[in-house]
Amino acid sequence: MRTDELISALSASVEPINRRRVNRSVGIALVVGMAVAIGVSFLALGARTDLTTPRPLIFLLLKIAFAFGTTGAAAVYLARLARPGGERRVSPGLAALPFVAILLLAGVSLGQAPSSHWDRMVMGDQWLECLISIPIIAVVPFAVVIWAVRQAAPTNLVRTGAFSGLVAGGVSAMAYALHCTDDSLPFVALWYGGTIVLCTLAGALLGPRLLRW
Amino acid sequence: MLASQDGDAAAHRVLLERLSRHLRAYYKGKLARMGRGATEAEDLVQEAVLAIHIQRHTYDPAEPLTPWVHAIARYKLIDYLRRNRASVTDVPIDEAGEVIANDDHLSAESSFDLRRLLKHLPEKMQCAIEAVKLDGLSVAEAAQRCRISESGVKVNIHRGLKALAALIAQRTQT
Repeated sequence: MRTDELISALSASVEPINRRRVNRSVGIALVVGMAVAIGVSFLALGARTDLTTPRPLIFLLLKIAFAFGTTGAAAVYLARLARPGGERRVSPGLAALPFVAILLLAGVSLGQAPSSHWDRMVMGDQWLECLISIPIIAVVPFAVVIWAVRQAAPTNLVRTGAFSGLVAGGVSAMAYALHCTDDSLPFVALWYGGTIVLCTLAGALLGPRLLRW
Repeated sequence: MLASQDGDAAAHRVLLERLSRHLRAYYKGKLARMGRGATEAEDLVQEAVLAIHIQRHTYDPAEPLTPWVHAIARYKLIDYLRRNRASVTDVPIDEAGEVIANDDHLSAESSFDLRRLLKHLPEKMQCAIEAVKLDGLSVAEAAQRCRISESGVKVNIHRGLKALAALIAQRTQT
């Protein structure tokens, strides 16, 4: 086959395309992923019931803010990474900012507490549940995000996979926060941050396999 | 590029023709250094042209075009080399001469036969692509010939081209 034949075949009828399709797919994936994650968290774990006093409420908002900041930054970058050459416009440092912030806050809160409390502040009551739940809740959001990115054409598959994992982990942490009753900053930094990083690593490993085009 | 995103067929053809020349120079340069022939370069040119066509919605008008094209070209080259990793090491030495012998500009043909490749696709995709892309019918006429709706024709062409790109990628795997 000659290339000019291919070109005339391809330009025989050219459909106008929607330039916003990449951003739209990522947006849809984000909303669907969030809905599924919250649904799973509610149905399988149940929402926390102690929101009558301000302290749990503040911590809930703080957890959600952390997860939301992570997800938001990652989703913006993911929409860029999904396009060919988009990796030029992504700085992983900025995406790590929420992690740095929560680690700093955790450090401050540990510094203010007596060291006999540290063990309890870091491990909480349910670190194991947190460690297991967030990655499991993240599975469906991850699949939806991968579907969205496959509508486009990422050229750096490891990094795109990592950011897909980061988005899914953030969404999942947001949903899990509705259930989790461990209210201490070091706990959030270690177990929320850690599991989100875990999801990111899993995404980076799976990216090259799932995203090829 | 902007005009072809909006569905201007003539502009699209000019764009693909111009880009294909750049791609040919790019791939010939890269592959010649690895001791590979012009046919392989042409395979890659066509893979990249097809990718540019299928993925034209991923070009963001706010960004310059060259990095976008380069990213696609590079991705396809790396993908191709990865698929053929085994053969990178056992390229025979005498092929260096062959490269020069085959290096007649523009006339190189790739190793794919479009009509034969089409036979591997599901019937509806085959029919839609053949009618619109090869025989030059309008979408409405193609819908009649293939007995599917007009939007069905469009969907089948889109999916078919993607499947075709995958087939071509498979074929270049040696």
